[in-house]
Amino acid sequence: MTSTPASPALSVLIVDDEAPARARLRDLLADLAGELPNQVIAEAENGLLALAALEDHPVDVALVDIRMPRMDGIELARHLAQLEGAPAVIFVTAFDAYAVQAFELNAVDYLLKPVRLQRLLAALHKLRQSRSLTPAQLAQLQQSARSHLSCHERGRLLLVPVVEILYLKADLKYVTARTREREYLLDESLTQLEQEFGQQFIRLHRSALAAREAIVGFEKSGPEDAEPQWQALLRDIPERLPVSRRQWPLLRSYARQLGS
Amino acid sequence: MASIKQNLADQPLPDFRNAGVMLRILLGVNLLALLAALVQSEGLSDSLQHFVDLAAWVQPVLLFNLALLALLGKLLQRPAVWIGRALVLLLAAGSAGLVSEFWLFLTFDQGGWQPLVRAALFGGMAAAFMLSYLALRAAALSPALAEARLQSLTARIRPHFLFNSLNAVISLIRLDPRRAETALEELAELFRALLRDPRELVPLADEIALCRQYLDLEKLRLGERLQIEWELGDPPLGLEVPLLLLQPLLENAVYHGIEPSAAGGTIRISLLRRGQELHVELANPSPAGVDHSRGNHMALANIRERLALYYDLEARLEAGELTLVDGRREYRVRIILPCRDRSP
Repeated sequence: MTSTPASPALSVLIVDDEAPARARLRDLLADLAGELPNQVIAEAENGLLALAALEDHPVDVALVDIRMPRMDGIELARHLAQLEGAPAVIFVTAFDAYAVQAFELNAVDYLLKPVRLQRLLAALHKLRQSRSLTPAQLAQLQQSARSHLSCHERGRLLLVPVVEILYLKADLKYVTARTREREYLLDESLTQLEQEFGQQFIRLHRSALAAREAIVGFEKSGPEDAEPQWQALLRDIPERLPVSRRQWPLLRSYARQLGS
Repeated sequence: MASIKQNLADQPLPDFRNAGVMLRILLGVNLLALLAALVQSEGLSDSLQHFVDLAAWVQPVLLFNLALLALLGKLLQRPAVWIGRALVLLLAAGSAGLVSEFWLFLTFDQGGWQPLVRAALFGGMAAAFMLSYLALRAAALSPALAEARLQSLTARIRPHFLFNSLNAVISLIRLDPRRAETALEELAELFRALLRDPRELVPLADEIALCRQYLDLEKLRLGERLQIEWELGDPPLGLEVPLLLLQPLLENAVYHGIEPSAAGGTIRISLLRRGQELHVELANPSPAGVDHSRGNHMALANIRERLALYYDLEARLEAGELTLVDGRREYRVRIILPCRDRSP
């Protein structure tokens, strides 16, 4: 069933990892149908599945739980913010003091579980004029590092799992993420990525971060008599990344830790 | 109902059968003897000689008293606290006097009544000193409990759990009214336990029942993602244990081990009797990228404090993460309790 132009029903996506919570929202939306025609187009158990569902079924509004496995609600909103014609996001949370404070501060509409019928109706009614958080505000809200990075390609949103990234390299305006298969262009800054993923990545030189677990060794290069220039060897790709003289002491101690 | 919510004045007698209490008394009295030796003597080596002389009758008196107190432990708890205390003092003073008399007899010393009274005074005062120290120690550990009680609703049950559970129950009302009824009853039971004084003791069977109700509620929300394995190896179901000994640990296990994983996992709970000890072990998967320490500390610290108060050195709590053979990581908490019946 798809909405026809005659009945411009509001199309909704429900994202929550708990089945009863999804059922509750579905019930409430059904109760509202008389006052506000709507249709639940899809449901998803986490942010990752929500993005996949949105590819096939674009919707007007997504009701998004915050705490979910694999990809949480905040990260989902961050990826959606990059997408053109993305649905409006209304966060639904049971108890998340930190996020609620941010919503209040920025006059962003949100719903608290258990959600009340009137409250849901009001939120859906003022959807058009309601505000949403900026990407920077969302980034601040996210308490753990993202599970995926996203990039635009021919109007589509591509997700790159952070665990698959071997290195991140800055060239002029863009940052390139290299996985075993290919490269992706990201619209992010290397410094911010280093801050967010400091646990997983280590800096090799001014413009490159390598995944700690992808580093398999270091190799000396350059002419015999000159001062040695070190290069990092990464798993799965033949490419070698130069290590700057400044970073070498740090990386050498990291390599020793690995060896021991 | 057994409990320990008393003021200093009516703080019950310590459990003399507890190894920790015995150790404290042993060390404390010897410290007093050392102090006495230091006061008596003029030089350092001289004081050592004094201490050895003193120890010759302090140790037998001390060991005799500890053995007797351990045997009489239950009887002494029966009368009013002040009578119990007076009995302990009399016992210490009397035995100290007797042993010193016996000692004098062995060494053919004729000291008259003065050495006897002196020894009795030393024994009695040492006992009074140790009793006050142990009472103070118990009182010092109690404020932590009072504080824990104040924070109870936010610290011991996550609001996250409360509101999600209420939401789940509401969603059930249309679908399965009977299940919704049970769920609300379970929620009520859980809150009744949470609102009780955390210093109360309950039979182990009650705590297990509470845990089952709690897990039932979580199962409502998490469905197949939450799997539970119970292993009950003849646990002493009547054993009195601190209230909410296990439930907060289970809540941590669900919050840190199951919820962050889309596929879910299994929580294993085992309660085994091993000789005179009860071994409780909880294990939950530890999904990558989840920091187990945050928020976990409060529950662990609270339980550890209460264990120290009830059991002194005889109970242990260990927690830590380990990697299994197949590479998965698991978080385990183990509690070891003495199985002795503590009720007087």
